Amino acid sequence: MTTSPEEARPVVKPKPGKAGPVMVVLLALMMLWYVFTVILNTPWQKDVFKRADNKDWNMVELVKGTMAQERPVLPAPHQVATEIYKTTVQKKITSKRSLIYHSRITLTTALLGFLLGTLLGIALAVAIIHNRALDKSLMPWIIASQTIPILAIAPMIIVVLNAVGIQGLLPKAFISTYLSFFPVAVGMVKGLRSPESSHLDLLRTYNASPSQIFWKLRLPSALPYLFTSMKIAVAIAMVGAIVGELPTGAVAGLGARLLAGSYYGQTIQIWSALIMASILAALLVTLVGLVGAWVQARFGFRETQLSGKGI
Amino acid sequence: MKSLRGALVLIATVAAAIALIAGLWIGPLISVAAFIALFVSCQCGFSLLRTDPMDANSSVVWQDRAIVIAMLSFGTVFGSYVLLHQLGIFESADSPEPGFAFYSLVVSIWALGWLLVEWLADIDSRRGFVRRILGVVIPVLFGAGLLMLWEVLTRALDVPQVLLPSPSAIAERFGNSLSVLWADFKQTFLKAVLIGYAMGCGSGFLIAILIDRSPFLQRGLLPVGNLVSALPIVGIAPIMVMWFGFDWPSKAAVVVVMTFFPMLVNTISGLAASDHMQLDLMKTYAANYWQNLFKLRLPQAAPFIFNALKINSTLALIGAIVAEFFGTPIVGMGFRISTEVGRMNVDMVWAEIAVAAVAGSCFYGLIALIERMLTFWHPSVRSGR
Repeated sequence: MTTSPEEARPVVKPKPGKAGPVMVVLLALMMLWYVFTVILNTPWQKDVFKRADNKDWNMVELVKGTMAQERPVLPAPHQVATEIYKTTVQKKITSKRSLIYHSRITLTTALLGFLLGTLLGIALAVAIIHNRALDKSLMPWIIASQTIPILAIAPMIIVVLNAVGIQGLLPKAFISTYLSFFPVAVGMVKGLRSPESSHLDLLRTYNASPSQIFWKLRLPSALPYLFTSMKIAVAIAMVGAIVGELPTGAVAGLGARLLAGSYYGQTIQIWSALIMASILAALLVTLVGLVGAWVQARFGFRETQLSGKGI
Repeated sequence: MKSLRGALVLIATVAAAIALIAGLWIGPLISVAAFIALFVSCQCGFSLLRTDPMDANSSVVWQDRAIVIAMLSFGTVFGSYVLLHQLGIFESADSPEPGFAFYSLVVSIWALGWLLVEWLADIDSRRGFVRRILGVVIPVLFGAGLLMLWEVLTRALDVPQVLLPSPSAIAERFGNSLSVLWADFKQTFLKAVLIGYAMGCGSGFLIAILIDRSPFLQRGLLPVGNLVSALPIVGIAPIMVMWFGFDWPSKAAVVVVMTFFPMLVNTISGLAASDHMQLDLMKTYAANYWQNLFKLRLPQAAPFIFNALKINSTLALIGAIVAEFFGTPIVGMGFRISTEVGRMNVDMVWAEIAVAAVAGSCFYGLIALIERMLTFWHPSVRSGR
């Protein structure tokens, strides 16, 4: 993964901006959502009209009705937005109906799991690049470990850990850890091996010790890879936290909101929890990206070439 | 490097010596195994003192290595056999609990196993055949060692079945409930996962080709797609169950949505991967759009597409199983896992996990194999990894 071809290419014209197209795509998606709201909710609405003996309904009434149902098949975006507003701004944070309360629980779980996973991933990567035997024996299993659908065994992990007496945050965080250590480990192994051999040779001519080589060359050159994989890891940790909340009997957290919503057919509640989770995930990924950009700037990387090249 | 081996040799030697002495009171078998372990670990130590494992490929070193590896393999295998045999004795009635000698032997054999892997990893053959064999043997040895440790510890320490059943118990349960496992596999994997995977990947690929001619849409969809792939999409599972019912179509729908975006994003960036020289060359051939697409850009995009296929193979399994937590007919891997956990039949859950792990690994391996065959020209494949 050298960056030379990109550097060698002459700059022909400035890259066109992304904001415009993204806005258009988002708007189109929103339109599509509204269209589907109308289509999917129409049968129910017709049923409502029939029961109300309202035979002379017109198109406007129908469309309006589809967007104001109590339990729509697909809630309209503004319904979801209202629900989110109601459950965040208008409720006390300590209230069990507040989405912020549930988000906080999911967020702490995800962050704890992400932290542990990142540390574990880095530790594994360091061990792997310093020991051939570990590289050959452990690496295939690390990759194989991800073909096991850990999310599927989440309920068992939680029940078993509960039986041992470990309760609360840790079992759920453990699932996030398992999910998020993998991208970090793989990315870090790649990153720690990314220094060119001429650089390594140079340090060898300086008679640098392995630890000096690690701190002064390998670690700095692994940073771009680390942050790229951390972005993946934090997103996946969020998924782990949400799924980890499902089997605990829907007590608290965004996953619990999803499960409760699906039990009682509260589609608007499901969607608002989903959107909230998405917003949080997007925020976390952006945050990690910003921290990464800042750290790399401090280390003197040019961020143009390196972003998105990690894995 | 050398210090780690030295430490392992030391551990193996001391543990074996303790096992030898303590084993004299228990039975001849443990003493014999401990004696062999002691002998082998001492030989390893001598070999370490004689040669530097890092350098020199002279025939003397090779001979030395071969002898050490042979001895280590024998010591580890025999020691493991003795451990398992001894476990059987411990579990029969009115016999002593596994004691000091037993655990020392476990530690010693574990250290010997690690040393074996260390020595095997040193072999740096230039022949591809040997390298490939080693690439399989070393991880398999590691896995076998882990299984062995799991078996010995769960049985010796009498870990309750509910917490962690031993591999042999899981294997027994596996063998006894093949029909149930097969039905679950059929429901979840053959129906929901495969169909959803094919539809999700296929539609992602087609949409990427469709918007290929519009740079505007690409610039808009790429960031959005990237964002959406980072979102917790499994969360739509309850919605899909409401829309498509309890049977497999709802699970397939979750899989479709989960696999769509990685495929879309990867195909779009793959189609942009051809560099200017290649595109110019195609232009000099007067290639039209479709020729350009099929002869240059799609092959160039293949590594990206396969990357998405690999990511999606694990995502699909996860999506289908998690979706089953939200409602299913009374068959399916996710259903079985959640109900058997509730009934504390943890060995059945592990059997189901084994099925999922094998299915997932085979699925992934199959795609990796196809990738090697189709993108044989790519540097990452050519160098033999």
